[in-house]
Amino acid sequence: MSSILLALIIGGAFGAVLDRVGAANPTLIGKMLNLSNLHLMKAILLAIGTGSVLMFGGQMLGLVDVAHMSVKAAYIGVFAGGLLLGFGWALSGYCPGTSLVGAAAGRKDALVFIAGGLLGAAAYMATYPAVTHSGLLDKIAGGKVTLGTVPDAKYEGLTALPGDLLGIALGLAFIVVAFILPERITQKQPAAATV
Amino acid sequence: MTLNWKTGGLALGLVFFLAVLLVKPIGVSTQFVILDGILWNAVDGSVVTQADDGSYTSTNAYLAKSGGKYAKNVANPLNYSFVFVVAMVVGGAISAFMRGGIGAQERQMPAIWRANFGDSQMKRNAAVFVAGFVVLYGARLAGGCTSGHMMSGMMQTSLSGYIFALGAFAAAVPTALILFRKEA
Repeated sequence: MSSILLALIIGGAFGAVLDRVGAANPTLIGKMLNLSNLHLMKAILLAIGTGSVLMFGGQMLGLVDVAHMSVKAAYIGVFAGGLLLGFGWALSGYCPGTSLVGAAAGRKDALVFIAGGLLGAAAYMATYPAVTHSGLLDKIAGGKVTLGTVPDAKYEGLTALPGDLLGIALGLAFIVVAFILPERITQKQPAAATV
Repeated sequence: MTLNWKTGGLALGLVFFLAVLLVKPIGVSTQFVILDGILWNAVDGSVVTQADDGSYTSTNAYLAKSGGKYAKNVANPLNYSFVFVVAMVVGGAISAFMRGGIGAQERQMPAIWRANFGDSQMKRNAAVFVAGFVVLYGARLAGGCTSGHMMSGMMQTSLSGYIFALGAFAAAVPTALILFRKEA
C-alpha cells in the first residue's frame, strides 16, 4: 500500500513539474528542437545533472540504496527506436509522458497522440517475435552497463572508472552545459517580428 | 506561466532523484502496453492467465516476456508503475488548472503548429496520430522513452540512455528544423 502512496505522490509531482516546466507544451518542444529557444533544453540538462549528482552523492554517503538503480540494456534497437521516437516527438511535440500531461491540461491533440500511441504499442506487441528474430534486440557492449563501474551495483561497468565519481563528474558537466548553452542557436525568422 | 529553466530544471531533477531514492527510476512508455493489455484482456479474458503457482503469463509473447511481469501488471493495475502514470495525469491537471489553464486556441492545437501549417484540425490530428504511433512503437523498440531512457538513463550513466538520446535528437532536430521554419 505504501508503494501506491509513493506512486501517487511522485507521479503527481512529476506531472505537475512537467506542466510547469513547459515540457507538455508542443510549441516549447518545437522551439527547443528547431534550436530557436533552448530554455527547455537547459532545464532538461540541469535536471539530469541534479539527479545524477544527488543520486551518486547519496550513494557515496550511504543514503541512497544502490539497488534502486535500474539500468536498461543497450542494443541496436535502442538507437533505431530513439530515431523513431525523435521523429514523432518533433512532429507532434509530445513524448509518452508529456502527452498524458498535455491531455490533462486540456490539449485535445494530446488525446489523439495517446490513441495513436496505444495503437503503436499494440503494434509492437504484435511484432515483438519478429523484432526479436531480427537481431535488433541483441545486446551490445555488455547490455545493461553503466559508463563507469558503480560500487555494489548489479550492473557491469563499460570502463573500470569508479562509477559513482564518474556519475558526479558527468552530472556536474550536464549542469555546466545547461548554464553555458546559448538561449538560441538558429537565427530569428522574419515571421517572428510580426507575432 | 512557465517556470524559468533554473527553477524548473532543479524541480524536475529533484523529482527524478526522489523517485530513485524512494522507489526506482521514472519511466512511462511501458504503461501504454499495460493499458493496451488491460483493454485487450477486458475484451478477451484469455489473454492473461495465472498459473497454479501464482505466476502470470500471456498468449502475447511481449506481455509474457521476463517471467510475465507485464502480464502480472495487466492483471493487477493497482501497481506502482501504473498508478504513477495515472497520478501524472492528475498532477498535470491540477497544475494546469492552478496556473489558469491554456486557453481555447491551445486546446485545439499548439501555436507553433498553427503558425506553420494553419488551423486545420484534421491535418493536426492526422499528424499527431501518426506521431503517437511512431513514438510508442519506437519507445517500445528502444525499451524506454524520454523519461526512462533519456532522463533516468543518463542520470544513472547508463550506456543505453546515451545511445537513445543520440538517436532521438539525431532525428528530432532535423525534423523540427524542416517542419517549423516559422516561429509561433
